[in-house]
Amino acid sequence: MATKLKPTDVVVIGLGAAGGVAVLPLTQAGIDVVGLEAGTWLTRRDFAPDEIRNNVRDWPQSVQKAQQEVPTHRVNAKANTTRAGSHPMMNAVGGTTLHYWAQSWRLNPWDFKVVSDTTRRYGAARVPKGSTVEDWPFGLDELEGYYDKVEYETGVSGQAGNIKGAIDPRGNIFEGPRARPYPMPPLRSTGFIDLMAAAARGLGWHPFAGPASINSRPYQNRSACMYHGFCNKGGCHVDAKNGPHLTTIPRAQETGRLKVVTRAHVTSIDTDDQGRVTGVTYVTDGQEFIQPAKAVLLASYTYENSRLLLLSKSKAFPNGLSNNHGQVGRHYFSHAQGAGVTALFPFNINAWYGLPAQGVAVDNFADDNYDHGGLDYIGGGNLWVMSDRRPISAASMGTFGRTPAWGKEWKAFIKENADRTNTAYIQKTTLPYEDNFLDLDPTVKDPLGFPVCRITADYKDNERKVAAHTQERMTEWYKAAGAGATQANPLGTMGPTTHAYGGTRMGTNPETNVVNAWGFSHEVPNLGVLGASVMGTSGARNPTLTAQALAWRTAEYLAKNWKSVTS
Amino acid sequence: MSRRDLLKRAGMAGAAMTIPLTPVGGGDSAAATTAPAPAEALQAAPRREPIENLTASEADLLEAICARIIPSDANGPGAREARAAHFIDRALGGALASSKPAYTAGFAAFDRYCRSSRGKPFLELNERDQDSVLIDVETGSATGFQGSSAAFFAMVRTHTLQGTFGDPYYGGNANFVGWDLIGYPGVRTNVSADDQRLGAKLAPNHKSAYDTEMFTKAVARGPDGPPEGGRHMDGPANRLRQGFGAQEAGHHIVEGKNHGH
Repeated sequence: MATKLKPTDVVVIGLGAAGGVAVLPLTQAGIDVVGLEAGTWLTRRDFAPDEIRNNVRDWPQSVQKAQQEVPTHRVNAKANTTRAGSHPMMNAVGGTTLHYWAQSWRLNPWDFKVVSDTTRRYGAARVPKGSTVEDWPFGLDELEGYYDKVEYETGVSGQAGNIKGAIDPRGNIFEGPRARPYPMPPLRSTGFIDLMAAAARGLGWHPFAGPASINSRPYQNRSACMYHGFCNKGGCHVDAKNGPHLTTIPRAQETGRLKVVTRAHVTSIDTDDQGRVTGVTYVTDGQEFIQPAKAVLLASYTYENSRLLLLSKSKAFPNGLSNNHGQVGRHYFSHAQGAGVTALFPFNINAWYGLPAQGVAVDNFADDNYDHGGLDYIGGGNLWVMSDRRPISAASMGTFGRTPAWGKEWKAFIKENADRTNTAYIQKTTLPYEDNFLDLDPTVKDPLGFPVCRITADYKDNERKVAAHTQERMTEWYKAAGAGATQANPLGTMGPTTHAYGGTRMGTNPETNVVNAWGFSHEVPNLGVLGASVMGTSGARNPTLTAQALAWRTAEYLAKNWKSVTS
Repeated sequence: MSRRDLLKRAGMAGAAMTIPLTPVGGGDSAAATTAPAPAEALQAAPRREPIENLTASEADLLEAICARIIPSDANGPGAREARAAHFIDRALGGALASSKPAYTAGFAAFDRYCRSSRGKPFLELNERDQDSVLIDVETGSATGFQGSSAAFFAMVRTHTLQGTFGDPYYGGNANFVGWDLIGYPGVRTNVSADDQRLGAKLAPNHKSAYDTEMFTKAVARGPDGPPEGGRHMDGPANRLRQGFGAQEAGHHIVEGKNHGH
């Protein structure tokens, strides 16, 4: 029998990047919040600089919810379904921000207006056939204030490129206007990154240090980054990586209005006959609890957001919560994160230390920052070069066809070249398409017997053309910096990823979107959705800061419109 | 052939000691030509280090394979001195437990293939012939394996690299020979701007992550995965094991696949 708990004002499902930010504006407005998190609290002591544990064997956790719910994947409805061995997400207070790269980008202005800008500049026919992409219900100007709040509240380091229209060439000259500089200067450069930046300038490009949710100097009584080299899938041993577990969640707890419940596995969002949300049901240690609430904010990551809605069936929502228009799981897409370029230099580049967020970006070939007039695709990619190397991965390097993969010759090769490679990270425009979607897998279930999420998705022509073009530019950049050999890596597939978007898209039209312009369901007035699952476009950059800005905005809207939303 | 005979033949002092070794198949050595009387031999024979999960013959075969993947040569010590086989043996009882059946079946197939195609067990072949067997296994042309022999080779290679270049805490990379080979200066908790300039010469500090008192010993979990590029298998969730101050269960995340965050 389920235990019915004392009602609260708001339940937030998931205390990761998005939910962990939303709790602050809510509690500061005097609203009581219960935050349900499948994982637990971790501390600095849990973050050893250990490549085997962090990168080879994944993470220490007491709750493995996500790993038992790895989505399946097929490229189309006729193809075989496969299942990866791991889920890229982590369960913990702070979620994946514990071990993410912490690159904290604002989207560019074009990302909000892909359809109208493309139509205006190149004609409506240039929007790829079969794509369901729409303009966002607002532009960058609407989100600027929320980006600013998150940057200052949590701490983002970076170099502004556009303050109120004044362009600063030290930053990204393609970014939209911002009200003020970043709260901290960017992370420092390295010898190799200086070399790459100089090569980019020599090509006439505009290199700059990228933004990161990492302290470049002490901030809010937390240490500056130590550049020790284990940031990639590792937690920070000095609390310099500014996830909500260090920032917004403790501050919300200080109000006395946030109750954090760890190891809570939410199984359904509950509704009444009128189709309003009444609270959630969760399981912890095999015991079932019902947590009534006046409003629910779903913030459990893109795959789980769609899955939990589809699992929450009721008389009012026979096909899943908020799915009477059949839009839950639609407009799914993930970043084309593969198709990087690996270079081999004829000298050591000293990249043993640093972090993925310590690097140099070129945005000249992203979005619509260059003329697509003579081209047959839209969008582009952000070129990112970083300082990130660990011994096992270094020894596992490819040999550029020069030696076998083992034995005497190979050993001589890695001895010479282990510190001479660099792999660029290129995030690219990816669009939603009619036949890319999420639903429930018909056969694979989690240990509680619930179907896991199924991804049906493949990259299309537009994504492949963007990949080819950005790889050419990246190769040119490496060569200009003195690389002796380069290798273009394959694009890969659209299986489970850390950059997953859509499934509960935000937009004014209920026929094609799950949530409205404020992040609340078109069908369920007191249900909000947080995370990249509401984003309709990806831009050519990491999603987290945008998801956090949207989360703040949705939470603030709820606080300001409490009566109308909850009654 | 017993391990003791093998040690004698090669003039080796056992994997637990990390003195430079004559490679297997390196011809007769003085130790092999002056065999002591049995009683003396029992006394003088190096005590075999405890094997946790493999059989003695499996452990010997694994060590010989590791020694060809990363040989000991003019460029310094290899997987044998790093004790990569010890790393794998230990991990097969914890983090890599889900790979245990693949190792057991793989060793048996490997031994059968070696005897049928070369007329001798692997340990009795010279280096060149050992390498030719490994090339057959690597390329998938070795017969008698469950599935492709290439998958077995890729798995052993991946784990050999982990055991040679991983943190010594897990039983490999003994005396930091792996890190010294590739010039990794070691685990540091604070790195200066000067440490990151081009041409900086950092002396190797030979420290394990757990030499620093501030860190809790590793606790990991989940299914073990295949080598890079392979298909992941689903393994038992939450397989925890206690021992050596660590609870481990394995989960393989391919590094370098550009999974950004």
